[in-house]
Amino acid sequence: MDGDNKNNKIVLKLSITALLMFGFGFALVPLYDVFCEVTGINGKTESESYQGKSFQKDESRQIKVQFIARNNDAMPWFFNPTEKTLMVNPGESILTYFHAKNPTLERMVAQAIPSVSPGRAANYFHKTACFCFEQQPLSGLDSIKMPLIFVVDPDLPKDIKTITLAYTLYDITDKAAIAPDNKAKVSMSSRDNDFLTRRD
Amino acid sequence: MAGPDKGFSRWLLATNHKDIGALYLWFSFAMFLIGGSFAMIIRAELFQPGLQLVEPNFFNQMTTMHGLVMVFGAIMPAFVGLANYMIPIMIGAPDMALPRMNNLSFWILPFAFAILVSSLFMEGGAPNFGWTFYAPLSTTYAPPSVTFFIFGVHLMGISSIMGAINIVATIFNLRAPGMTLMKMPLFVWTWLITAFLLIAVMPVLAGAVTMMLMDIHFGTSFFSAAGGGDPVLFQHIFWFFGHPEVYIIILPAFGVVSEIIPTFSRKPLFGYASMVYATAAIAFLSFIVWAHHMFTVGMPLVGELYFMWATMLIAVPTAAKVFNWITTMFKGSLTFETPMLFSIAFVFLFTLGGLTGLMLAIAPADMQYHDSYFVVAHFHYTMVAGAIFSISASVYYWLPKWCGRMYNETMGKVHFWIAFLGFNLTFFPQHFLGLAGMPRRIPDYSIQFADFNMISSIGAFIYGLAQLIFLFNIIRTIYFGEKTTKEQTWESARGLEWTLPSPLPFHTFERPPSIK
Ligand SMILES: [Cu+2]
Repeated sequence: MDGDNKNNKIVLKLSITALLMFGFGFALVPLYDVFCEVTGINGKTESESYQGKSFQKDESRQIKVQFIARNNDAMPWFFNPTEKTLMVNPGESILTYFHAKNPTLERMVAQAIPSVSPGRAANYFHKTACFCFEQQPLSGLDSIKMPLIFVVDPDLPKDIKTITLAYTLYDITDKAAIAPDNKAKVSMSSRDNDFLTRRD
Repeated sequence: MAGPDKGFSRWLLATNHKDIGALYLWFSFAMFLIGGSFAMIIRAELFQPGLQLVEPNFFNQMTTMHGLVMVFGAIMPAFVGLANYMIPIMIGAPDMALPRMNNLSFWILPFAFAILVSSLFMEGGAPNFGWTFYAPLSTTYAPPSVTFFIFGVHLMGISSIMGAINIVATIFNLRAPGMTLMKMPLFVWTWLITAFLLIAVMPVLAGAVTMMLMDIHFGTSFFSAAGGGDPVLFQHIFWFFGHPEVYIIILPAFGVVSEIIPTFSRKPLFGYASMVYATAAIAFLSFIVWAHHMFTVGMPLVGELYFMWATMLIAVPTAAKVFNWITTMFKGSLTFETPMLFSIAFVFLFTLGGLTGLMLAIAPADMQYHDSYFVVAHFHYTMVAGAIFSISASVYYWLPKWCGRMYNETMGKVHFWIAFLGFNLTFFPQHFLGLAGMPRRIPDYSIQFADFNMISSIGAFIYGLAQLIFLFNIIRTIYFGEKTTKEQTWESARGLEWTLPSPLPFHTFERPPSIK
């Protein structure tokens, strides 16, 4: 009987450990995001509009900002930056556009995912407005001019002279179950919203 | 006490640790042959450049299933079987602490693998995304059978966790009086640490496949960039499980070899305490090096450097172990029976595999080696010459004790030399193939890789043949082997198992032995 008691204790402790480790696997998901955000690695930029302090324009240097637009997998849209490169001063707010066209006859929803290289620059590249913060629905044969407003942080390390901002456009028509022409906006990184807007 | 039940119910309702150990070992042998035949198909296709035998998609199913079946179906259950059979005896316990749970954790396995293997006959075929099942290959682009794969992984994870809990409970609660922790045989020590690794990382694997399941069926985006997730996250979670997993496979092998080498050297193991500490150090380090599998995903420099140095650090405790085995043999009066041959080959070949591991740990060099046949050669030196050789060694070592009959020594040696030759013929040339740039997981290759691939395939067929000799020798021993009742099968074997009669009675140590 005494032995049974001792066994039960160990089984209980170890089972709880196993359950906690199962939870830890899931905790890695937010931890990973937090880690990437804090360290600015992985080229992940903020997923919400920049609300921080405004900057003094740094006249002493210019940064070359390159824009890349590409499609994921079988995404059929035409997707291009209106300007391929810009020379900008750190601290200065810049407006530029990306152009997208849905060449199919069907209504589709797209989501653009940004990535900054070098990864170190991601924390110094602030977007005050970006089409990537929202899903982009587009009726068949329609096209759209999508704005991006950004500012390069004057604290950007001195050795970085070029920043590349790459957008990958995903077809999320299946996931984004929004009634036609109802331009409801769904924040991009909220997994809960994905749950709510799932089309069954 | 009652003897075993008659007929099939003895096995179905088994709670005796020896019966369950035997079930695990036979199950693992069956899986070994199935996984091995997948490997034969792979090597037959790669015998020549061009596509001769199978479709590329089926080839991918073969590489995937070969890896999954061998890792989770053959190697892991084999060591769990050895643990069930030997640990209670080695610590002077009458049985495992939780015999009913033991029964359950075994009987889950055949179902898990029936589900996994049956996916070969499903529409769209078996999983084809590699045994590492990286998203989005295993989510967005997976065949429909992926859901069965996920279910199978869940089952086998539950089985492993229950098995591990049982082993920890047995070692903590059932040691004979006087069997202090630092008197335990090394096989028991390495298994204790392995059990903790299993409890820590199998749930993380379960989490990874659960996230896959949710991405596939419930519209989440854990690993899909389109919804704000990240496919690289999958690799982090997978390898957080995956690196400790390779030690789950190799630590019990270290334990087995640490039992066998002293016996045939007729000397006690050199550096017992350092072996225990080295095992614990390896287990600890295994949690903080996972991203060395991901040097090419675009990690920042600090990340690459950290994972590079941390990985290389593992070479220190591992080298201490190799040093201890060699020193145990040094000036011993060695004899070379089959278990010893396999153990010496283990030390030699596993060290080679460790060395190529060090090469792969060098982040800048890994850019060249990554996903090439060099990696395939590396991990087969550790998985096959490491785990499988040590399992072969332990079967020969303990078989006379288990069934009271002696195996055929000549046939054992023939098995060893054919396996040794076949193994090296298969995998040594793969180093060169990898360095020359041949990628892994391809059914066809360019002409310049032809010669080495042909050698490798011939070696694989030889190695496959050696396993049939092994099987034949085991069955022959059980039914026709020369009877032996000696307690000491090997003249200078130490440990409680050698104080018991051969064959082992159904119940042992119902009264705890006295430990000096
Ligand atoms: Cu690793």
